[in-house]
Amino acid sequence: MYAAVVFLPLLAALIAGFGNRALGDRGAQLVTSGSLILAAVLGIVVFIEVALGGQARTVEVLRWITVGSFDVSWALRFDTLSAVMIVVVTVVSACVHVYACGYMHGDPSVPRFMAYLSLFTFFMLMLVTSDNLVQMFFGWEGVGLASYLLIGFWYDRASANAAAIKAFVVNRVGDFGYALGIFGVFLLFDSVSFDAIFQAAPDKADATLSFLGMEVHALTVICLLLFIGAMGKSAQLGLHTWLPDAMEGPTPVSALIHAATMVTAGVFMVCRMSPLFELAPVALTVVTVVGAMTAIFAATVGLTQTDIKRVIAYSTCSQLGYMFFAAGVSAYGGAMFHLMTHAFFKALLFLGAGSVIHAMSGEQDMRRMGGIYRKIPYTYAMMWVGSLALAGMPFFAGFWSKDLILEAAYGAHSAHGLFAFWLGIAAAFLTAFYSWRLLFLTFHGAPRADRHTMDHVHESPLTMTVPLAVLAFGALFSGIVAYEWFVGHDRAQFWGAALFVAEGNDAIEAAHHVPTWVKLLPLIVSIAGILGAWLAYVLVPSLPGAVARALRPVYLFFLNKWYFDDLYDRLFVKPAMALGYGLWKSGDGAVIDGVGPDGVAAATRNLSRRAAALQSGYVYHYAFAMLIGVVVIVSLYLFTQGR
Amino acid sequence: MTPIQMADVGIILPELFLAVSAMGLLMLGVFGRGRDTARTIAWGAVLVLAITAVMVMGMGGEVRVAMNGQFRTDGFTVFMKVLALLGAAAALVLSIDYFERAKIARFEYPVLVVLATLGMMLMISANSLMALYVGLELQSLALYVCASFHRDDVRSTEAGLKYFVLGALSSGMLLYGASLVYGFTGATGFDAIAAALHHGGENHGDGAHTLPSVGVVVGLVFVIAGLAFKVSAVPFHMWTPDVYEGAPTPVTALFAAAPKIAAIALFVRVLAGPFEHLVAQWQQVIVLVSIASMALGAFAAISQSSMKRLLAYSSIGHMGYALVGLAAGSQAGVTGIALYMALYLPMTAATFGILLCLRIDGQPVDRISDLAGLSRTRPGLAAALAVAMFSMAGIPPLAGFFGKLYVFLAAIEAGLTTLAVLGVLASVVGAYYYLRIIKLMYFDEPTVQFEAGQSTAVVAVISLSTAVTVLFIAMPSALIGPARLAAATLFGG
Repeated sequence: MYAAVVFLPLLAALIAGFGNRALGDRGAQLVTSGSLILAAVLGIVVFIEVALGGQARTVEVLRWITVGSFDVSWALRFDTLSAVMIVVVTVVSACVHVYACGYMHGDPSVPRFMAYLSLFTFFMLMLVTSDNLVQMFFGWEGVGLASYLLIGFWYDRASANAAAIKAFVVNRVGDFGYALGIFGVFLLFDSVSFDAIFQAAPDKADATLSFLGMEVHALTVICLLLFIGAMGKSAQLGLHTWLPDAMEGPTPVSALIHAATMVTAGVFMVCRMSPLFELAPVALTVVTVVGAMTAIFAATVGLTQTDIKRVIAYSTCSQLGYMFFAAGVSAYGGAMFHLMTHAFFKALLFLGAGSVIHAMSGEQDMRRMGGIYRKIPYTYAMMWVGSLALAGMPFFAGFWSKDLILEAAYGAHSAHGLFAFWLGIAAAFLTAFYSWRLLFLTFHGAPRADRHTMDHVHESPLTMTVPLAVLAFGALFSGIVAYEWFVGHDRAQFWGAALFVAEGNDAIEAAHHVPTWVKLLPLIVSIAGILGAWLAYVLVPSLPGAVARALRPVYLFFLNKWYFDDLYDRLFVKPAMALGYGLWKSGDGAVIDGVGPDGVAAATRNLSRRAAALQSGYVYHYAFAMLIGVVVIVSLYLFTQGR
Repeated sequence: MTPIQMADVGIILPELFLAVSAMGLLMLGVFGRGRDTARTIAWGAVLVLAITAVMVMGMGGEVRVAMNGQFRTDGFTVFMKVLALLGAAAALVLSIDYFERAKIARFEYPVLVVLATLGMMLMISANSLMALYVGLELQSLALYVCASFHRDDVRSTEAGLKYFVLGALSSGMLLYGASLVYGFTGATGFDAIAAALHHGGENHGDGAHTLPSVGVVVGLVFVIAGLAFKVSAVPFHMWTPDVYEGAPTPVTALFAAAPKIAAIALFVRVLAGPFEHLVAQWQQVIVLVSIASMALGAFAAISQSSMKRLLAYSSIGHMGYALVGLAAGSQAGVTGIALYMALYLPMTAATFGILLCLRIDGQPVDRISDLAGLSRTRPGLAAALAVAMFSMAGIPPLAGFFGKLYVFLAAIEAGLTTLAVLGVLASVVGAYYYLRIIKLMYFDEPTVQFEAGQSTAVVAVISLSTAVTVLFIAMPSALIGPARLAAATLFGG
């Protein structure tokens, strides 16, 4: 059963992928969705047995690599951490599969899409259940590949291809750091298996490593390198640029990969490696600061975007920042808690946005929406649930997890904790603001779309609305149900050995003892954000324009995403393209081809022409050649040997 | 002049039989009546050649000398003679159907071929400069006529004329060289020349190596020039493309195989026999000629558009490879040559047979581009031609690869690594034009329609030759064994 959870999606992907034509659209949808629903049911059983029943276990599959002391097996590790991820991944993935059956209706290559989705799910499960760093890297790269394939799913669009390549290349940067981190771990511990590493970690707490010619604290370097990998995968500030562009993929992809699961792999990895991070306080500080910066950065950019999916994408980026700074202040349980609740409400928001786009005949720009809440009340309600959860309104899922993170940041009583707390509060205000901006622009006000589109606005089919209901259920109740397990009084028993928090670092415990104003502040700023959005987009619609004009430099700065893309374009993309083009034209084309294959071929052709031209057809030329030949041979002999 | 001994008759019996049969066939042709005379005589000639081959094989491998030392038979001569006889017979078989279609079937042609073959056998067995010259001229005169056999065709007559004029020049050189050698050694017999050169070397020095007189070496170079003309080695090759192209295709098939075998055999006999003590002198000449032949054969063939010209350059290249074995000057090298010629024969026979099967307006195909898409119109012939081309290019596991392998191995053993490397490079260049033909046949669209109908005999020659080329790897010892024996008698004696 345990292996089935992981391998069912692979089986489905293979059947749908290779049986492409034989199955047809309907067959592929049934196979993949059926497998995923089954996997989700099994995943819930696994969660109950492993996390709630406390029966962690490891399932050996195969030996993989054995070279000297380097020994890697395929093994599936089921502890509370992976069980949480399994339940999130399988449930959201099953919802998205079912949703995609409706959303992708009429697309020419449905089986391929379904196969990619299932393949992604397999890789993601591989990542979260891995027993060692190398197998995790396999899943890590696998989800990267699936993400690339799905972003570029509509490969006839230039922008989709560019976005797919961008996602792949930016992730490469992070993956390079991650790979170096693995090398460092092997160097230090002589093993890549989690059990061995975690056992040996306390002994190596003061070990040093020669890195770039300096003696440095080994675990700090390793953790920072691993965190670079996490930054790439989870789109943290600096390596975030691919995530908004990834919205070129079909909306179910955005919901599954770029909101609920793959992008949270970085958070998962930091939590998984908590025994190492706990011994590297500097690395934890960096994680906190980067997470907090990302939270506020993405929220400011989200204010100005007009594409409905991009707004949610930046929101994802921002929420991932929350998770990271939670992990950075050692509130790993809080990070995982927010990861889970966020998976539900963010997938809900994305799928809801997909439903809106579906209703609007493919329109994604909020400036051309508005006034449709009466026509699609169900979707409208779902978006409200998602937004309320995102903004952290009481009793919705986000309320429990987000507040806990902010309280933990405050409760850590460190400088970087406070830094994260205040940025987090600011980001919470902005989150509420842009969420309601999205709601008001999309559903309220006068319709800004053309008549034809407006006439066609319709509620989505059942395959799309049922998954929304399931996710909305999660967005409503996952927080209140799981609070005690993840971060409440049962947390020690719940997590067991899966998470490690060093003595005196327990921010979650501290979070329960913060002043009341700290507990209330997030709620207050969120309500303020909602009211602000109501003021600006319903009551006085001219206000946003006036503010944008008054604060034009700031507005442009936000609109252009803090100029990160332009900076990278100047710094890396253009020089790399120039270098590549130069090497291609002058290096490969002129030098290697010119001198090598082409040059030799041309020389041969030339020689051949000359040789054939010797044959004039005149007998006296031929006789002359013979005589000259004799003379040359004789003279050669006389000159070389006759002396 | 001592009268001919009865013992001599036993030794020269195959040649005697061939000479008498040629005259008999001639009489039959002159006095025969009936429409099929030419065909009857052609098949008769094939039969005569076959019987002679059997008789030659009956001679065995031991060294025997006849006619006052003019004539020698041993394992090497037997091997080469059988090859030459097979080559001539195959060319005759290929010619019958063609000449009838071209309406130039005459009984003289088979008789000329038999006489030329007699000349070849005398060349191979020659044991003195006199016998060498007589054999060479007998062969050449018959072949000059063959080249211009289609006498109403201007290109055929041009080919014959060119061949004759240049052949006369080469004969002159050969004779001049022979007279120089005679003048400086005082002998015409191969054994006597060898003895004189060996002796001369000892007299001048203190048992160490000394240089022979310049006159002998110049004479040797002239002799080599004459022989190189016959094997069409660079720079004495110039006649080859023009004659190959101008002569009727079956005659080209004859030129490509039998005379080359005879001339190479003679080359080996002369250099490894009377002049074996001058290895240091002739080796560099042969190396030079060999490199030039391989290079020109490879490069000049690339820009050809005529199949026959391409095959002319191809044969120049092949002779270059064969000469690599001679340059090695060792028993292994001669083994390589014998094997090379034995494998060269079926490849050539198959190729020309295929060309003769593909007719456009009654003429055998000659433009290379006309072969496009052959795999679709004539899959069997295309496959056979592909085998022949792969083999000529030296692609394992076909026979041509082993021919090259043995000569190159011999060259490396003899320390001629540079020569072997250049040879391999040349064969890489050469592979291009062989593979281009295969590409044309298999990947391009057919452009022309070939006439239907093909002679059973020609198909038989193609099938047999292709079978040898393909199956050589299954039983390599069937040819390598005799080739070793042949080389051994030459060096043992």
